[in-house]
Parts: sequence; structure tokens; C-alpha cells
Amino acid sequence: MKLAYWMYAGPAHIGTLRVASSFKNVHAIMHAPLGDDYFNVMRTMLQRERDFTPVTASIVDRHVLARGSQEKVIENITRKDTEERPDLIVLTPTCTSSILQEDLQNFVNQASLNSKSDVLLADVNHYRVNELQAADRTLEQIVRHTISKAKKQNTLDLTKTLKPTANILGIFTLGFHNQHDCRELKRLLNDLGIEVNLVIPEGGSISELKMLPQAWFNIVPYREVGLMTAEYLKSNFDMPYISTTPMGIIDTAKWIRQIEKVLQQNNFKPKFNIEEYIDNQTRFVSQVAWFSRSIDCQNLTGKKTIVFGDATHAACMTKILTRELGLRVICAGTYCKHDADWFREQVQGFCDNVLITDDHTEISNVIEKSEPDCIFGTQMERHVGKRLEIPCGVISAPIHIQNFSLGYDPFLGYEGLNQIADLVYNSFSLGMEEHLLEIFGGHDTKAIVTNDIPELSNFAWTPDAVIELNKVPGFVRKKVKRNVETYAEQQKITEITAEIMYAAKEAVG
Amino acid sequence: MTSSITETLTFECETGNYHTFCPISCVSWLYQQIEDSFFLVIGTKTCGYFLQNAMGVMIFAEPRYAMAELEEGDIAAQLNDFKELKRLCLEIKVNRNPSVIVWIGTCTTEIIKMDLENLAVLIESEIKVPIVVARANGLDYAFTQGEDTVLAALVNRCPSEELTPAVHQEVDKTNQSDQSTIDDSLSSQKTQHPPLVLFGSVPNIIQKQLITELKQQGITVSGWLPSRYSELPVLNSSVYVCGINPFLSRTATSLMRRRKCHLISAPFPIGPDGTSSWIAKICEVFGVVPESLKEREEKSWSYLKDYLELVKGKSVFFMGDNLLEISLARFFIRCGMIVYEIGIPYMDRRFQAAELELLEKTCQAMNVPFPRIVEKPDNFNQIQRIQSLQPDIVITGLAHSNPLEARGITTKWSTEFTFAQIHGFTNSRDILELITRPIRRNTNLNTLGFTTVVK
Repeated sequence: MKLAYWMYAGPAHIGTLRVASSFKNVHAIMHAPLGDDYFNVMRTMLQRERDFTPVTASIVDRHVLARGSQEKVIENITRKDTEERPDLIVLTPTCTSSILQEDLQNFVNQASLNSKSDVLLADVNHYRVNELQAADRTLEQIVRHTISKAKKQNTLDLTKTLKPTANILGIFTLGFHNQHDCRELKRLLNDLGIEVNLVIPEGGSISELKMLPQAWFNIVPYREVGLMTAEYLKSNFDMPYISTTPMGIIDTAKWIRQIEKVLQQNNFKPKFNIEEYIDNQTRFVSQVAWFSRSIDCQNLTGKKTIVFGDATHAACMTKILTRELGLRVICAGTYCKHDADWFREQVQGFCDNVLITDDHTEISNVIEKSEPDCIFGTQMERHVGKRLEIPCGVISAPIHIQNFSLGYDPFLGYEGLNQIADLVYNSFSLGMEEHLLEIFGGHDTKAIVTNDIPELSNFAWTPDAVIELNKVPGFVRKKVKRNVETYAEQQKITEITAEIMYAAKEAVG
Repeated sequence: MTSSITETLTFECETGNYHTFCPISCVSWLYQQIEDSFFLVIGTKTCGYFLQNAMGVMIFAEPRYAMAELEEGDIAAQLNDFKELKRLCLEIKVNRNPSVIVWIGTCTTEIIKMDLENLAVLIESEIKVPIVVARANGLDYAFTQGEDTVLAALVNRCPSEELTPAVHQEVDKTNQSDQSTIDDSLSSQKTQHPPLVLFGSVPNIIQKQLITELKQQGITVSGWLPSRYSELPVLNSSVYVCGINPFLSRTATSLMRRRKCHLISAPFPIGPDGTSSWIAKICEVFGVVPESLKEREEKSWSYLKDYLELVKGKSVFFMGDNLLEISLARFFIRCGMIVYEIGIPYMDRRFQAAELELLEKTCQAMNVPFPRIVEKPDNFNQIQRIQSLQPDIVITGLAHSNPLEARGITTKWSTEFTFAQIHGFTNSRDILELITRPIRRNTNLNTLGFTTVVK
């Protein structure tokens, strides 16, 4: 048992549901007690989804505990099959259901006898893997299942496309800026004369999955999700994959050169010089190479920062801050403990210290002790920053609704770098602004936002009324007081009690 | 919908495949209400993830609740529950020094049959901090019923008699003209009645407002459940109790069976009609003739005029997730709305008897058909019904709000009714403010001409 207040990565079933619900026409059925379908809320709220989340629960209740859930699960699967005719139904165990130790695989086998949809049991251990690991595993499982099925049915066509094509693996729902990143990757590939074969899981359909091997290679933009699938496709179909994250000038160039190498191996010669393309993008399309040389940016030199997030974003951010913007990263950390070795290797030489932890108090203590000029982290670090009055840019999940921006805001590629530079610069200039304001005596509007009750008044406020008034949040207190006094005046009352306040609220709101 | 009016309310029961919050969410409002408490939720990452996301920014405010996160060793009984829980509770005692630690049992502790009640007794005697156990799990309960389990557990911790000899408190009764109620010192009459304890968690300001309303009828409230742990009310066979929320049936049962209290069965003080009936019922039980109560209610309605014009004739569909549905539907019908369906997670017809009766009377008075009451609803079926009925407003959880809005159906997020101040005359405006907000918003936007935004 451990005392926990906050977690960076969610439970395993969330990862499975994120992958399943990203596909088109795939339905997930959770084997879970009432209230565990909170994922649906997150998806419709955070991502402002217009469609109903294709996730339902087969409820585990007292009756299920007594009798077992066999009939109920099978019934729910076949019901969903007839209601929505999905291509695939993914039965998703939860931590509760996994303790029941029912033979869910057996239910799946039985249900698939009667249903037109494919039925799959998500193979994740709730007590050993987290959300991200489960997502990686589920994506691989769905791909493996579909391709094996095609192989059996002899519908697997392994002919490569005529023109160079790539699959993008690991773009999915509730991912940090995933939609924008995907658009940016497509744009880059288009520039390089490469077509996108499939993007999975987001928007992908099960029937298309058998076309995955027709692409020349795979792109895995994020460490967390997609690597297992890429490995599977490599070992079964000898498909190369690129797992470099094209975030920052240097890594984007590296990513492009790796693509060039794949093309060369396939004896394909791009119509233009790749190095010229990189150079042009770096110096003129992206603003950052120039931005970091501009006078303004001198002020950022050697500024102390702390970086924390998932492995992909924290590692890339650390490298960008140090190599490309000239700041100093005093501590780089990740909560992806399962990927600690890779992370250490990536940030080696780019930061003073490495921190691998999923305990938010640890990173919070480091921030408190080392007093950085700026933090780049998750929403948790943003709140730590607020408490300590240190600016923070959010670079990784877990995130709130404001991190699902409506406007185009990628983190990858050349446009992504522009966005990152803005994020870094804005965090700092705001920090500086606060600092300067403090030095020069603060905003001259300070008096207006005071919480005190104005003295001048023709009304006698009884002590209990003053207590009630003080319970009203400071920023509306003045308005409430005015409303109450207006009401009292109308009623020709000169002494204001708590009761008068309630009456006024009822009358004027 | 047929317009014929049936004789009595009908109840249906569906599959129970519906979306609601897990009952452990009650810690978020109870830890604020019981100021000297600490809530420890004994469960898995799933519970923690839910709380963390559902509580939003509250989680950053160093709340007085935490997860005792069960790990594989706990599930496989390789670790000793007693030692583990004792270690965590000691840590909480040292860091936070609460007057009481409330353990929230979850689905996992139920399934692995962790004997929380016995462990609590043992650990309580060792660490010298009271430990209250509430099994607020998703196997048995929905959302607000979590509060019910906690309050029912707290009932056993209330003292049974005052330290000083129990004397029925004599109460100042003020003259009933609206002006004179301001001044407590104007007492002219005295009334005696047995002690009255109210139960149900609401912010202090609402407590004070309801107490004030009763005081105007000469009725004193001698305690409130919950309150600070150190100030829990005295409960014994001379005490009368009355609930203010419709989801407190277990608490009511515990009060009656374990503490021999007398339950006053009344409609709930939601809306001017509910509040007025609630006060009238309490007065009736105590043999008090309510003074100017009708006038009080009329006045309250008169303040709602602008909102009533907006809601009149509008149709409502409750998908059901928080058990406030019957009371809210009754109030909305009285406001002139038409309710198609009242989905509700669980319907205790005995505890809600007075409320159901008022609903019936209200339907008859307003000459509208009885709504269909659907217990343990099935969200998939409900959405089919919503699409064919096309109600003016659907009251539903966040899982369905955005998808319905995208299909041109106006929604109100149901959970807001749980967290907003909705009790008493004073806050009736707030309920209508909530329900009319989407109507007002969409009236503004509809002129743009794109009400559906799905392909």
C-alpha cells in the first residue's frame, strides 16, 4: 500500500480504451463496476468530442459477484454487435475485474461465435503496466490480430506501394497535441515526396490494417506508444522504422536524414537535395534558428530550468533548451520509469541531474530547492510553479482542457519548433514582467482588487452579516455588498443582518 | 407522447448500463464539510485516477484526502493489511492531525474481502484516532449515495446524550411579518418542541439559511449531520430527524433503527414548493401552525418570474445519475415545464414517499402527464428515446453532453446540480439560473443557423 495523491500515468485500462476508441468503428466494453467509465467523460470533455465515445461498461455488481459475469458479458458483447455493428469489440478488463479471475478469454470465444464483429480480449496486467504501456501493447495486439486474420484468409497483400509511403504509428485520442503533430508530420512527408499509407490508431479502420505492410517504412513519433507495433512489423515483414522524434532543429534534421536513408535502401532517389531542404527549412521556414540568435534571446542565456514529463517530450525539450536555445537544464526528469535507461541516455550531457520518479512531491521538492527561472512540465508542475511563483510551460501529459488548443499548435517538425520557442519565450518574458513589476512597486491598479469592505456606507452591518459577507469570494464581494444595500434601501431598512442578505440574494440574485 | 393523464406514477427498471460518478467522489465535498476529517480511499489506481480527474483543480489545493493505493502484494495478501493501513494512518496522524479518519472502502476491498470494520477497531485503539468506515463502492452504489454511506457510518459515532441534562431548548419565536424577522431580540412567544436534527451535507451558508427559515416558524435546529467530527449532534429516541437530500435513505434507516430517532418524511427543500412543503411538514409534526408560509412561498415565486417565462412549456429529459432527479423534476413541473422521463439510479419509494406524493400532486395541479420514472436506466436506449422525443433540454452527465449538443439537443450538465447551492427559498433562482443557461446560450447561437455539427 502506498499513500498517493496524484499520478502521472493512469491505470492500464485507460491506455487500452484510448487506443480502441481512436480507431473508427471499434467498440470497447469494459468489465467494470458502476462509475469506472470515467474515460468517456475525459474524452468528450478534454477533447471536446462530438461523437459518443464507443465505450460501454458491462457492469460488475453484487449479482455478478455472486453468479459470475459470463452471461452478462456475452450478452453485452452480442448486444453491441447488433446495435452498432462494429468491426471489432475489445473486451477491456479493469483492476477490479482482474481480481475476479474470471475466464474472460472464454467469454470472448463464446461471444465471437454469435457475433459478426471480431472480439478481442485486451491483454494487459493492471498491476504491472500503466496507461502508456497498456496503450502500446493494445495497439500491437489489434494490429497482430488483424494481420494474422488476413494471413489466414489469404487476403494479405505484401506488395509495396509504387511511390514511397510511410505509416505513422501512435497518434491517438487524448494524446498531447497529437492531432497537430500528425498534420505537421504529413506536411513534412509531403514535402519529401512521401505519401502517408496509414495513420493508426487515430481515425484508422480495422479493415485497412492489413495494408500496413504495403508501406515502405514506419514512423513512430513518440516513445510511449507504437514501438511494439513497429517491432512486430519489422520482425514479421522486415519493415524498417524510424523512432527518432522530430522535435527540435537537430532531431528533425536527423529524422529527415533517416528517411532519406530508407529511401536510398529502396533505391529511390528524391527529386531534390535533402540537405538543401533541411537547410532551407532550418534557416528560413523555421524562425527558431534566427530567433535564438536574435538580441532578445541573449537574455535567455544560461537561465536555469527544470524539465519533467513523459520520456519523449522531456528528453526532446531538454535537448532543445540546451542545444538550440542556450538555456541550462539543471534537472531533467520523467515519470516513465519503465523507460528510464533510454531517457538517461538521451539527456546525458544536456542536463546537470536526471530524476526518474512518479512521485510528484519529489519533483516538487527539487523545484523548491533549486529555484529555477522556469519549469517545463505537466499540469502538476504548472501548479507547483504557481505556488512558488515560478513560470511554467506545459510540455507533456497529464494535461487539462486548455492544452487541447483549437488553433494549430504542433510540437513536432519545423512549425512545432516555432510553437515551442514561443512557449519558452512567453514563459520567460512573463516571469520577467512579474519580477520587474515587483521591483518597481507593482501594478498601479492594486488598490482596486483589495478584499476589504469599503468603509463609506449608510447602512449598519450587524456582525453576523459581516461574517456572511466575508464568506463571499473577494472578487465579487463589492458587488454583493452593493446589491444588498440597494435592496435594503428599497425595503427602507437601515440595519443589515444575515437574514436581509439572504432575502436580497433571493430577490436580486 | 400521449397527453392522457394516468392515475398513478409508474416505475420501470432497465439494464443499469448508465454513466454516473463513482460514489467515492463524495470525499470531495465531505472533506470540506467535515472540517477536522481526513478521508482515506482504499483502492487502486483506477479510483485515484477518477478522483484526480473528477476533482479538477481541487486536487492541487492539498486536500484532506488521499488514496491508500493497493499494490499487487496487497491483492495477493503477501502484505499484511493491518500493518499497511496502520502505517499509512500513522503517517496521516503525524502530518495532518485529523479528529477522524474516514476510510472509504472500494470495489477492490469488497472483492478481496478486506475486513475494514475490524481493522478499523484495532488500528483506532492503537493510534488513538477515531476511524470511521464507509463502503462507498461502485458495486453497490451510485455517485451521491457515497455521502449516504458516510453519513450512515457517522450516525454510530454521534453521542447519545448531552453532557448536561437534556432539556428541550426553548426557542425564540419572532413575529412573522417579514420586517420583524430581521431582529432576533423581538421575541414575543415561546415554543417547545423535541430536538430536531437535520441530515445531509450542504455548505454552511445553506445550513444557516434553512435554520433561519425554520427559526421563523419557531423551530430550533439542535444539530446537523454532518458537522465537524467533534461537534456531531446528539441522537437518541427523543430526537426528530429530517433529511434535506433525496439520496440519504441508508442514513435515515440508521437513524431510525440504530438510534431510535423519529424520521420526519417530507419533500426535500428544493425549489420554493419543496422548501415550503418541507417546512410545513416539520411544523405539522411539531404541532406548529406555520405562519405566513404561503406568502413566503408566493414571494419566492415572484422573484423567479423572469426565469419562469423562459422555461414555461419547455420539455425536459433526465437521464439520471445523482438521485436529485425526482425533486428537480417536481420543481420544474411546478415551473411550467413538461418532464418526459426521470431516469434515476436508485429509487427508495419509502424514503422519497412524500416527495413522490408531491410530484403526483404537482402533475395534477399543472395538468401535465406523469413523467415516466426509469430506475437503473440504460443510456443507449435513453439516447434512442431522446432522439425520437427531441426534448428541449436533456439533463445528463458529461459523457453525453457534448455528443448530444453536437446533434442539436440542448443539455445541462447534471453534476452541477450536486455542487451548486440549490436548497431553500433563497437558492431557487440558482437552480433556474442553471437550467436556463443552456437555453439562453443556445437562443443566442441559434440565429447563426448551425445547430447540428455532426456529419
